[in-house]
Amino acid sequence: MSKLRRFLDGLEPYFERGGRFERFYGIYEMVDTFLYTPSEVTKGATHVRDGIDLKRTMTYVVFATFFCIMMAWYNTGYQANQAMADLGLDAVGNWRGSILNWVGYNPSNPFSCFVHGALYWVPIYIVTLAVGGIWEVLFAVMRGHEINEGFLVSSMLFSLILPPDIPLWQVALGISFGIVIGKEVFGGTGKNFLNPALTGRAFLFFAYPVSMSGDEVWTAIDGFSGATPLGLAAQGGIDAIAAADIGWMQTFFGLIQGSIGETSTLACLLGAVFLLYTRVASYRIMLGVFAGMVLTSTLFNLIGSDSNPMFSVPWFWHLTMGGFAFGMVFMATDPVTAANTDTGRWIFGGLVGVMVVLIRVINPAFAEGMMLSILFGNMFAPLIDYFVIQSNIRRRAKRYV
Amino acid sequence: MSSETRKIILDPLVDNNPITLQVLGICSALAVTSQLSTALIMCVALTTVTACSSASISLIRNHIPSSIRIIVQMTIIASLVIVVDQILKAFAYDASKQLSVFVGLIITNCIVMGRAEAYAMKNPPLQSFIDGIGNGLGYSLILIVVAVIREMFGSGKLLGNVVFPLVQDGGWYVPNGLLLLPPSAFFIIGLLIWGIRTLKPVQVEKPDHSIIPTAHGTDVHLEVH
Repeated sequence: MSKLRRFLDGLEPYFERGGRFERFYGIYEMVDTFLYTPSEVTKGATHVRDGIDLKRTMTYVVFATFFCIMMAWYNTGYQANQAMADLGLDAVGNWRGSILNWVGYNPSNPFSCFVHGALYWVPIYIVTLAVGGIWEVLFAVMRGHEINEGFLVSSMLFSLILPPDIPLWQVALGISFGIVIGKEVFGGTGKNFLNPALTGRAFLFFAYPVSMSGDEVWTAIDGFSGATPLGLAAQGGIDAIAAADIGWMQTFFGLIQGSIGETSTLACLLGAVFLLYTRVASYRIMLGVFAGMVLTSTLFNLIGSDSNPMFSVPWFWHLTMGGFAFGMVFMATDPVTAANTDTGRWIFGGLVGVMVVLIRVINPAFAEGMMLSILFGNMFAPLIDYFVIQSNIRRRAKRYV
Repeated sequence: MSSETRKIILDPLVDNNPITLQVLGICSALAVTSQLSTALIMCVALTTVTACSSASISLIRNHIPSSIRIIVQMTIIASLVIVVDQILKAFAYDASKQLSVFVGLIITNCIVMGRAEAYAMKNPPLQSFIDGIGNGLGYSLILIVVAVIREMFGSGKLLGNVVFPLVQDGGWYVPNGLLLLPPSAFFIIGLLIWGIRTLKPVQVEKPDHSIIPTAHGTDVHLEVH
């Protein structure tokens, strides 16, 4: 046994029931199981004995966002450097400038872009982890439940769906709302019915619309204004995107304006491959979202409209614009808030896919609909499961007439 | 004040609050609380209607045939609401415009109807009047708390006076737009209920179902049926 293991085992009696720090068992358990895989396995005859627990599942999801994080750093920096080149700026005035002066501001230098983007993402992530972590530990200690790794996923996803320019105090407010109102008031991970990361983002979206939407927030350079492809499409359809010199491949690789980590469809799809290979995420939900989106957007293409250019946007543009791919892969597949029956997953995914195109095309108030449609789907998930189970019971009862 | 009267007035403030314990009157609590001024007018209107209707119904409680009592109660309540609405239109026209239909909708407010049915039909007029005041005050307390939070953090003002200078006017405060939308009152009332029930566990409802405990150090033994 290693020294660390012996040290942890030596501490354990203090945190066990009756020990001096019984209240803080959650914190001990968090550190212990973060460092070591727990040795307990499920007991009882009908269980598969495996060490796979929530911890491993959740860690896999964090791994799967790796490509998105890399693209987040690169693209955020690339957009910022590009904007600086366009505006003729050659230095950043704030604290980032003192680091960035070493690597330069050349948009064609990948390393410079990586560093520039990381300097925006890392502070957001640190604030998310720190503030969200405080709430998580507070509730775990007060309510005596374990500190759950679901939080690592929520905080990672939350940091990736924000605009790069967002003030850090808003990040703190958003993750607080997401963790407390979206999850802990219902009893913690496993009992929440809304995705905590999206709940936090929805709070910010309605509370501080100036920092969460419009043309100013998507690139981290003050004074630069550039619409996202979705914003352009809402104005003038595909032609407007083409007029801004944005090609489909560019949106697929993610070299566009948008929330930090969700611009790249390719990175999301690579994450999807990992999640499906490890069987952490449900392919039924992903395909359901995809099919719902394709059907609805094709329907709108066929209907056509003279006044609304979004009607003519084909499905492969819907796929790469905005947060669709990210939401489909990482948000809709949340095992807690999505439907839990196999048939229900198809219906749930389809509902999200239909709603996202409906909001994007028909609703003039919101350019992007992925966040709202997934939250909408979350609310219907228990109902969908209920009807699937009831219909199964009815079907089987008929066999025994 | 006798202890009985004191109990009738103070009980609905926290211990038996019509909004946070009985969860009645939520509709208007969402609709009129984005500004403190409209909330205050609503509070006065509702308290007046509840007190007067309870007293009037109590006066004739022994003459109301049980089979049509709801209709009689509604007639009295509706008349009072129309009087209040007309007075507001005459003396506070701007405020009545802001409140729009919500003064008229006091007719359907469950608190008024609930006090008439639950209290005024069984008790003498004076107690019924005091009971109406008490429940109106309980409703007002929550409305005022919600409205203060919403107006202060949603637009940086209180009764129209600047508390936090806004960024767009050269100050430092970035207003929280969510608080100006009705759903925010849901969150605030929910948090209030959470706070009150933490302080007064008597108010906590029994859970509909319980979960098999899986605390550390205990094994779960599922029984096979």
